[in-house]
Amino acid sequence: MTQPTTTLLAPPPPVVSGDPGTARVVLSRFLRHRLAVASLIVLLLLAVCCFGAAWIAPYPHNAQNLLSASQPPSGAHWLGTDSLGRDYLSEMFYAGQLSLAIGLGVALLATLVGTAAGAVAGYLGGWPDEVIMRVADLFLIVPPVAVLAVSLQGLGPSPLTIVVVLSSLGWTLIARVVRARVIQLRHQEFVEAARVIGASGPRIVVRHLLPNLTGLIVVNVSLSVATAIILESTVSFLGYGVQPPRSSWGNMLTQAAGLIGTSQAYLLYVPGLAILVTVLAVNFLGDGLRDALDPQGRQ
Amino acid sequence: MGPVTEDSGATAAPLLSVRDLSVSYRTDAGPVAALDRLSFDLHAGETLSIVGESGSGKSAASLALMGLLPRNATASGSVRFRGRELLDLSDRELREVRGRRIAMVFQDALAALNPMMTVGAQLAEAVSVHDPSVSRAALRERAVELLDLVGIPDARTRAGQYPHELSGGMRQRVMIATGIANEPDVLIADEPTTALDVTVQAQVLDVLARVQDRTKSAILLITHDLGVVAGLADRVLVLYCGRKMEEAPVEPLFYEPAHPYTRGLLAALPRIDRSTRRLAQIAGQLPSPNERPPGCPFQNRCPHTDERCAESPPPVPVGEGHTAACVRVHEIASVTP
Repeated sequence: MTQPTTTLLAPPPPVVSGDPGTARVVLSRFLRHRLAVASLIVLLLLAVCCFGAAWIAPYPHNAQNLLSASQPPSGAHWLGTDSLGRDYLSEMFYAGQLSLAIGLGVALLATLVGTAAGAVAGYLGGWPDEVIMRVADLFLIVPPVAVLAVSLQGLGPSPLTIVVVLSSLGWTLIARVVRARVIQLRHQEFVEAARVIGASGPRIVVRHLLPNLTGLIVVNVSLSVATAIILESTVSFLGYGVQPPRSSWGNMLTQAAGLIGTSQAYLLYVPGLAILVTVLAVNFLGDGLRDALDPQGRQ
Repeated sequence: MGPVTEDSGATAAPLLSVRDLSVSYRTDAGPVAALDRLSFDLHAGETLSIVGESGSGKSAASLALMGLLPRNATASGSVRFRGRELLDLSDRELREVRGRRIAMVFQDALAALNPMMTVGAQLAEAVSVHDPSVSRAALRERAVELLDLVGIPDARTRAGQYPHELSGGMRQRVMIATGIANEPDVLIADEPTTALDVTVQAQVLDVLARVQDRTKSAILLITHDLGVVAGLADRVLVLYCGRKMEEAPVEPLFYEPAHPYTRGLLAALPRIDRSTRRLAQIAGQLPSPNERPPGCPFQNRCPHTDERCAESPPPVPVGEGHTAACVRVHEIASVTP
């Protein structure tokens, strides 16, 4: 029942050209979005470097060598070494594993929960709507960083709890947006028409409403990835997030922050740029995907 | 075309029997009656047209039949479909009826088709909702067959397209195809041609008629367009302010309209064969729902009103299957409208 109908009539008869809705057309539309394609390549490269760090990184994780501590960039250490003599490029790749995983994890979990909550609230209205949205308000009115700090201290700062805590703050945003759009769509005739053919409530939400939210959801996933990476960096920077010896771009920033005013202040830019590039690329990718998935998009 | 009797010979029992159907909406200004004790029968294979202005209760009637009234509306009375009371059914039971037994064609096909689903997928869904066991290949074939049936050329290609890629007329044909996907007993067509060009209107009406020949569905045609009525209907029911003013087979209605309101409506039709400078109109305005006079709702605008009109007029028989809700209908019969 939940299988996508767009594939129902695929593959198209071979005589037809320009038949939209198939994976081929979506792909060709996406490929036309240069910035999104470039972003995808950057992200893939980054992901390969980070998750393949064991093979790609020039030095192993946390390999300290106090004899070569605090060195400027050189042939042996492209980005130099930190005060413990760890190769900074390798450290950045290893740290990226957690940052990217947390970013993606939060985006998926928050979007899943938020979309479900928003769709149910918007479609049913009445008291379910009230309850869900008041709970969302509760999450909105608390200062996120303080809550993160306190709850991570209480629950222990494992990557999994970080994902759960960040998601519990992030779902409200998508829930609101999805609810608003569902309320708007609910009164459209095609929803009424779906009821007329005898479709049930869950079927209408899954088959008729959610596909119309694709653009919204895709954009939100990309925004959430970005927000999650930044929030993770913030809490890690504050010392409540990822704890050494685990490393993330956020706690790399923390360590490098102590170097401000020294000749090694440039170390701050390495995790900073990694965060910036990832966030930008994810956003561009989201834009490209949204356009590619819209059947009314330019052919 | 007279009412077609089914092969089974079950001539007497109507397919759909509506008795004293009232619909009222709760509003901030108190309850508003959209439909007031409407009764009619719909027989297998016939086309009954419900005619009325905006606000006459046409849409409330069709929504009540489908069980799709908004939450602030209540329906009372009785709607029996093949002897089964529809107003008492749960939503789950109604879903069995909707789309399979009673289907609907909407006015604005662009709005009523899902913009994110291909035309073929929507047709397939209409079938698979009621029979999940149908294979994908069979659904695909059925979609193409249905598009073919409503006269869409190159149906196989069109099935893979999205609603915005089709013309208005084609979209309306797709709507009709969705409506007849399960060969329903009753097809409710709510202003099926209003959003279309005149030439396309004719084609779409033709499709409806041909489809009816094939599926033997009864059609409940809801419209404000008397031209559409003349072209397609077997019988006509004229609504005004939620009340049935006149019910008649199509020819008597056009040639011997009995109720002053119907006469006014017909006189207001622009005619190409009569040279009149001004278009005739019905004097006065439609009373707003909470200012309707007691008794006949048309009394304030009627040229024949007298003191008896303050009481609700019963339907008065004026001919074979022809009734008019007017106490003076026999007195004014000789007066030229």
